Amino acid sequence: MLQILGYADRLVAAPGETIRFMVSVAGSRPYRAEIVRIIHGDANPAGPGLKLRPVETAVTGSYQGREQHADAGSFMRVPDHPKLRPDGAFTVLAMAWPTTPALERQALIGQWQASTASGWALEILQGELALRLGDGRQSQLIRTGKAMGARRWYLLAASIDPAAGLVSLVQRPLQHYPHIDDSASLTATLDLAPATPPTDLLLAGQALPDSRIEQHYNGKLDSPVLFDRALALEELDAAFLRPMPEALRRSLIAAWDFGQAIPSTRVVDLGPHGLDAQLVNLPARAMKGWNWDGGAMRWTDRPEHYGAIHFHDDDLHDCGWQADFALTLPADLPSGAYAAHVWLEDGAAAEDYITFFVRPPRGPAGKQGRPKAAFLVPTASYLAYANDHSHLDAEGAEMLMGRLLVYQPTDLYLQEHRELGLALYDTHSDGSGVCYSAAQRPILNLRPKYASWLGAHGSGLWQFNADTHLFDWLDHEGIEVDFITDEDLEAEGVSLLEPYRVILTGTHPEYHSKRMSDAMLAWLGQGGRLMYLGANGWYWRIAWHQSLPGVIEVRRAEDGIRTWAAEPGEYFHSFSGEFGGLWRRNGRPPNVVVGLGFSAQGFDLSSYYRRQPGSHDPRVGFIFEGVDDEIIGDFGLVGGGAAGLELDRADQALGTPPNLLVLASSENHTDLILVVSEEVNVMTPDLTGSQSPLVRADLAFFETPAGGAVFSVGSIAWCGSLSHNGYANNVARITGNVLRRFLAPEPFTG
Amino acid sequence: MSYQIDPRRDRELVDEFRQRPIGQHSPNLQRVLNTLRGGPLKGKYVLVCTKPFAEWVLARHPGERGQPIELLPDQRFTSLEEAEWAVFRLRWLAHTGEELN
Repeated sequence: MLQILGYADRLVAAPGETIRFMVSVAGSRPYRAEIVRIIHGDANPAGPGLKLRPVETAVTGSYQGREQHADAGSFMRVPDHPKLRPDGAFTVLAMAWPTTPALERQALIGQWQASTASGWALEILQGELALRLGDGRQSQLIRTGKAMGARRWYLLAASIDPAAGLVSLVQRPLQHYPHIDDSASLTATLDLAPATPPTDLLLAGQALPDSRIEQHYNGKLDSPVLFDRALALEELDAAFLRPMPEALRRSLIAAWDFGQAIPSTRVVDLGPHGLDAQLVNLPARAMKGWNWDGGAMRWTDRPEHYGAIHFHDDDLHDCGWQADFALTLPADLPSGAYAAHVWLEDGAAAEDYITFFVRPPRGPAGKQGRPKAAFLVPTASYLAYANDHSHLDAEGAEMLMGRLLVYQPTDLYLQEHRELGLALYDTHSDGSGVCYSAAQRPILNLRPKYASWLGAHGSGLWQFNADTHLFDWLDHEGIEVDFITDEDLEAEGVSLLEPYRVILTGTHPEYHSKRMSDAMLAWLGQGGRLMYLGANGWYWRIAWHQSLPGVIEVRRAEDGIRTWAAEPGEYFHSFSGEFGGLWRRNGRPPNVVVGLGFSAQGFDLSSYYRRQPGSHDPRVGFIFEGVDDEIIGDFGLVGGGAAGLELDRADQALGTPPNLLVLASSENHTDLILVVSEEVNVMTPDLTGSQSPLVRADLAFFETPAGGAVFSVGSIAWCGSLSHNGYANNVARITGNVLRRFLAPEPFTG
Repeated sequence: MSYQIDPRRDRELVDEFRQRPIGQHSPNLQRVLNTLRGGPLKGKYVLVCTKPFAEWVLARHPGERGQPIELLPDQRFTSLEEAEWAVFRLRWLAHTGEELN
């Protein structure tokens, strides 16, 4: 089990800026810390080995560790207010769509203080609606005795009337089914006079004495309302009408409208006291509400039909740990990938690497005297995979891989510690898809040394650590590049790219917002030269949160390789209102940006490329200078070849420029490499590597009208071949030939 | 329906797997492997890396989130191919009742 782990408050910073590091140590033992520059994070003895270079900074030293914990689970908090504590009768109502109703205890809404047994709480106990009441000495629990079903809407209501000495509960399904007994309406004697303590009102959770939140609820809630009298049964339906009838409005304490302020963490109260609320840990918004009727598929068209929030007991935004140390980046610190290396002093062989990126200075200073090439750090894609649990949760993962799943110690930890939050590939504990990912938590697969279950046989690297194969080659070649990140691109647009003649991508730059994609296209339109050194790039459309840094959203709409599917009617991002899903389904296939688009995937072994006639065109003579081989990349640390994992191909029907030259194409893939699902409208039995012409990677080049050019390798495994034979091989030679020509100022002519 | 392994008919595929546990397989062997690798998460064999690129221990998945992976420390391997063969035999036994040597 992991003894020490941590995170930084940001993934990227510029010289002069300060990064804070949060660390948790089991048993609160002392530890040491040091900053390292990450050159090569692959420990595979068949390759160059680890290259983590210590950097002397003020961080170097010993620290007293402490245990810190993440508190996952989303909820809504309404700050305590005198009006929230009616001293007499009240009614609470909400529409609910529970997803795990059978759990022991889930809190829907209330002001409950367990330590003093005081207040009130509407809960679901093993499927039954229940009202918990306390007067500070004793408590009373009333429950319906009927179990609710999962993923069905219910009107839930509770009221107390101290004057009459009565308490009522209503659990009414909006859709009745014959032989399904899930409806209840009961009235009982009120045994006590509830005394509500001055605590915050919480939705979808209850506070423990140590302020942690427990009893999380899984499912949707819609239109929670509080009245200061006991409503009659026949008034309940009207409580959900908007505008609310005047007779009810006069008794209103609060009515929270989840259909407003959807891109934010704020919840608007329609009531007379302005009791606006805050959402914690990013529950899913822009969710279809109880009254959604299919009339609108986009929440911005009829926000009143998207009045639901889906809460999950494993949502997480920001761990909120105390900082242990901070680093103000020295002005002369080279741009690059770094980590705070922390390890226990007591010889327990426990360590962690907290990865961060140093970008060029902001503003005009960052545009003077810089290298002419930059590596675009795919932080959005790193976030998408952050703490991926697919190998732990997906039944079919081994069959997909074609080999046994290999777990690292960090994977064993993730299996047991779900509180570190999920990846955009995961499902929540209730089976619903994870649509948000945040940077403010330990991300155990954004680390040097980490071998992923997903990387092919061999080094087994994926995303960040696979990208270090490129960092290492650049270092070996003595080529200095700036490191700029996706979130910088989102914030600054094309101006971030303009100082550079060449941009290099990582092995799998999969996730892009419209602003990021627009910026890349604009820069290419200005004559930029792009080296796309991976595959399955510019695939998913994402949205960045408008005010929370380092938070992204994906809606897995329509099709594509999907580990979960967005619900129909929930295809539009809550952060932006934009349509989600594949860029291909958004009218901008990756072919439009990099000439190639995702075509096939598989995770057992990689293969090689064979040169195509296009490689002999004089336009690309510079690429093959010193390369006489017909076969390219029949070696490598990732699956044993340069063409593997995920493969892209050229296709003019999908937007590949007509002047693109296919230089080489991969072949001889195994039958575990399959055509991607968005290519398959009708199932045929020839979709595998040995049968389908779509199972291939194309190595490609094209010039752009403004004198720039794009070089695309169409394979995630490409960079894993760079170091073969002491960096003397045709993959490295081709990559170097392209980079050196791209760095030269002479324009490419059309 | 999922494919049911016939130990008499499919026995000839065992050597093919042993020769090349990871990589291209004949369609008939792939069908057998799909059956062996399928099934529920609970009890599924996985490997836990105990020495990077050098040693792996067999383990079983608990089938539930939050529960520990059960390590089987007696079954330790120094290559992934060796582990594949060991698990193949375990699963073949479970599916057919036959021991493979």
